[in-house]
Amino acid sequence: MSITRYAARRLLATIPTLLVLTVLVFLMLQLVPGDPAEIFLGEKRSTPELLERVRQDMGLDQPLYVQYLTYMGNLVRGDFGKSLFNDQPVLDQILVALPYTLTLALSALLISTILGVGLGILAALKHNTWIDTAAMGLALIGVSMPVFWLGLLLILIFSVNLKWFPPMGQGSLDRLVLPALALGLLSSATLARLVRSSMLDVLSDDYIRTAHAKGLRTQSVIVRHALRNALIPAVTVMGLQFGGLISGAVITESIFARIGLGRMYVESILNKDMTMIQGLTLVLALMIMLINIVVDLSYAVLDPRIHYE
Amino acid sequence: MNERAAVPIGPQPAADAGLTRKQRSLWGDALRRLRRNPGSMIGLALLLLIIAAALLAPVITRYDPVTIVSGERLLPPSAEHWFGTDSFGRDIYTRIVYGGQISLRVGVVAVAIAALLGVTGGMLAGYFGGWTDSIIMRIADITLAFPGILLALVVIAILGPSLFNAMIAVGIAAAPTYARVARAMVMKVKTEAYIEAAICAGNPPRRVLLRHILPNVIGSLIVVATLGVAGAIIAGAALSFLGLGAKPPTPEWGLILSEGRSYLRHAWWITTFPGLAIMITVLSINLLGDGLRDALEPRMTR
Repeated sequence: MSITRYAARRLLATIPTLLVLTVLVFLMLQLVPGDPAEIFLGEKRSTPELLERVRQDMGLDQPLYVQYLTYMGNLVRGDFGKSLFNDQPVLDQILVALPYTLTLALSALLISTILGVGLGILAALKHNTWIDTAAMGLALIGVSMPVFWLGLLLILIFSVNLKWFPPMGQGSLDRLVLPALALGLLSSATLARLVRSSMLDVLSDDYIRTAHAKGLRTQSVIVRHALRNALIPAVTVMGLQFGGLISGAVITESIFARIGLGRMYVESILNKDMTMIQGLTLVLALMIMLINIVVDLSYAVLDPRIHYE
Repeated sequence: MNERAAVPIGPQPAADAGLTRKQRSLWGDALRRLRRNPGSMIGLALLLLIIAAALLAPVITRYDPVTIVSGERLLPPSAEHWFGTDSFGRDIYTRIVYGGQISLRVGVVAVAIAALLGVTGGMLAGYFGGWTDSIIMRIADITLAFPGILLALVVIAILGPSLFNAMIAVGIAAAPTYARVARAMVMKVKTEAYIEAAICAGNPPRRVLLRHILPNVIGSLIVVATLGVAGAIIAGAALSFLGLGAKPPTPEWGLILSEGRSYLRHAWWITTFPGLAIMITVLSINLLGDGLRDALEPRMTR
């Protein structure tokens, strides 16, 4: 099966999952304790007459399946409802924040890949030396460090003391550096541990010995033969990491006061803005599902042995 | 005991002795491997120290963790206040020691919830297969579209922010991992002769699962659960940091960090020490977990 057909099939296969997801997201409003109309109005503003009107406006007097079908119909037309907090269309607000979150996550992925793969390879090549120990010690600390503390430390060192970068905001490159570092450093630790162990596996394989025996330079053995195979499991983890980076953006965006989906999510919870929460939940899940498909497809590029069926 | 069992006397008793020896020394072997691993011993020692400090909090601290002392605001670390004081004049060291009780509880409760939900679901899915498997694993798949702290946020969005709900949220968010591990392990041992024998002997599924399968998969689950406590402590602190968990004036580590954000410039100690506390706790659990993995899953070790 060709990659295009496989991709098409994977995309089609997400449709049932997406449907289940919309049902769950729709039901979120029912799961929240209390009357949706009251949540909609907020505790202070509600009078019985107003409640009744809102209930009719929202279609809450209709049977549940009718409500769901209406909800789905609106979703398909790109109508995610209006924010209960500021009355603006949910989708518009999400689309404004989306590029900021993507920029942050991609920059973090870049940092994490360069550092993680580099450190992992270095540790594997210098296996059982002090370099290996030091690299893995660093990685262990990285795995154990909470991202919100690392973020604050970076602000403390590079903004407050050295004054190299602004501590918050978005829009320029210097405002991206610290948040991307905070997010990327930690995921590079996980990646480094993985690349090291997968590289060690590969380095003990027969074809590496053959490549050496053929008289190839060590450098080309490592880059052409070992690295390509060692990176396959790393790509899986990087895919998972990218999902993790998107969710890590929740914290990073809050620390650095950046516009983004994550910070929007936290604020929506604090504001009890259910329509916003529903919209964000759908968009984030959809994004991560798409990323997982892209990761699966990228195996083919790295490993010709994989055939899609 | 092991030495004696290892001495072969004749073909028949030797095979017999080999069997008993393996059964008896599974945990003994694991413990010995664990004890030989310096990293995990350091982790264990640190962790015991942290647990002891949290339990003995009233004994080893001189101040109250929540009472406001207006005359002692934002004092730097000194002999009086080892880690300084916060903007309400509360002793940071005291708050961190008490906070240990909260963070350790968050870690353990969340993992207990995750393991209960996940292991039950995973074992049922792996054992019965078919529809049960499809439904349970489809739920797990959907939750995987919400990696890391996102699923916990979804749960908090429904339940509302509080420390207890944060534990539930972190627990539910981690459950799919346990489901996957438990399911894979059950699938692996399900076809073994001793499980088939147990089924043929007329044992009901509940008994087969609890008495025959669970003991064989518990090693891997212990490793996942130990590392899970570390993850849950970070996730719980993160939720409190975001204002979605513990409420002031609770001395929760993530919350203390968050309260110190406004004083980064003038009072570095408010954020530095709780951060260190989280990191050292999580590091010690990770060290122990890595050692446990090497000890309980020797085949996975390099």
